[in-house]
Amino acid sequence: MMMTKTKKPIALAVGMLLGLSVATAQATDDMSLHISPQSQPAPEGLEDYAHGDARSGYIYATEETRTLQDDDFENPAFLWVEKAQEQWSTPEGDANKSCQSCHGDVESMKGVGAVYPKFDPEIGDLLNLEKRINRCRSEGMQATPWKWESDELLGMTSLVKMQSRGMPVNVSIDGPAKEYFEKGMKFYNTRVGQMDLACKHCHIDQNGNYMRAELLSQGQANGFPTYRLKWQKLGSLHRRFRGCNNNIRAEKLANGSPEYMALELYVTWRGNGLPIEAPSVRK
Amino acid sequence: MNFRIFKRKLASAFTLCAFGGLTFGASSALAEGSLMRVSEPNLKPYTIVDGTSIPDSLSGKAGNAVNGKKLLVHRKKGNCLTCHSAPILEEEFHGDVAPPLEGVGDRMSAGEIRLRLVNPKVINPDTPMMAYYRTHGLNQVSKSFVGKPMLNEQEIEDIVAYLITLK
Repeated sequence: MMMTKTKKPIALAVGMLLGLSVATAQATDDMSLHISPQSQPAPEGLEDYAHGDARSGYIYATEETRTLQDDDFENPAFLWVEKAQEQWSTPEGDANKSCQSCHGDVESMKGVGAVYPKFDPEIGDLLNLEKRINRCRSEGMQATPWKWESDELLGMTSLVKMQSRGMPVNVSIDGPAKEYFEKGMKFYNTRVGQMDLACKHCHIDQNGNYMRAELLSQGQANGFPTYRLKWQKLGSLHRRFRGCNNNIRAEKLANGSPEYMALELYVTWRGNGLPIEAPSVRK
Repeated sequence: MNFRIFKRKLASAFTLCAFGGLTFGASSALAEGSLMRVSEPNLKPYTIVDGTSIPDSLSGKAGNAVNGKKLLVHRKKGNCLTCHSAPILEEEFHGDVAPPLEGVGDRMSAGEIRLRLVNPKVINPDTPMMAYYRTHGLNQVSKSFVGKPMLNEQEIEDIVAYLITLK
């Protein structure tokens, strides 16, 4: 009886209350624990934005928003991407190196964006693209790392990730990444904030329903960094996490914090098989 | 009562007990006729009867239904229309994640509505609905809201007074 309940946050909460350590069940073979089973196939013409029960935010977006994303000349995120393209071959730092010096043309980054976040054995920690890029700056170029959410880091992350556009998200949760995955899954299912909600309450249990005029998506990560019309700016997944936490009156955690890194891995894994859309456009 | 439901109820009782400074009025928790006294920091104590109802006004006063309707709509107060629809036609975009509030005054007593506002997890531990009158047992609460309930006791009473009119 308890085993069937271990995925439920109340069971976790009760377990903690009773001072028990509730093991998070693996159960990665049962996707209904991670994504709401869809009763309808993907809408006609949008089949590429679905994989199994996973649905990209693109499907939940309005046609106007999709049109903005579809045309690189219309997509406002390309203001940042264009600057990053110049940056790619601009030498910087004490080593006087550019990205180009080591990696050649940016096209060599094809496939990279699809497998991050990724455990880096050399560093012994989970890295997402932002951290990977900053690692290159501090170690390879001996330049100052960019601030999280800076125009430079958002632009470069988008430029690298868009080299994998259309490729399926394919992050690994095996080996040392497993621990981060489990931590992320636990966070996803833990109630937080004065409103006492877990990610799963809106993005699994209520996926497809309306909160006021807001259609609840699955909260997929395949489009990030994303140009949000609400922000009038390109933004990272961690900025979106902070926004969600703030909405339910929970303390916002730091960009790049261990909790958000683990959550990024879990959330990205839920969308394995969806196409990379970065830089996407959302409402 | 099957085992699973019993376990849920027991879990709720533990939650209240662990954080509530609870005194049991009956030996078996939440049995029919049971009384549970709940007291949390910064909140007035209240009594849950049968695990289904809080019959007494939290403030000791009657609610104001006109104000209750305003609080129900207000986005920084009840904000109930985010999830529920209600017979309030002047408001656009009612949510559909929770049961419609139309007719709730027929379906429930004031005490049952009051418990659902105060702490709906007593009824359904997995509900997405927030407890409007709770300060303890929460995680990672934003600093500006720590120790504060979402609504005060009179605001709860006003909303109860409005909802009971929805027949």
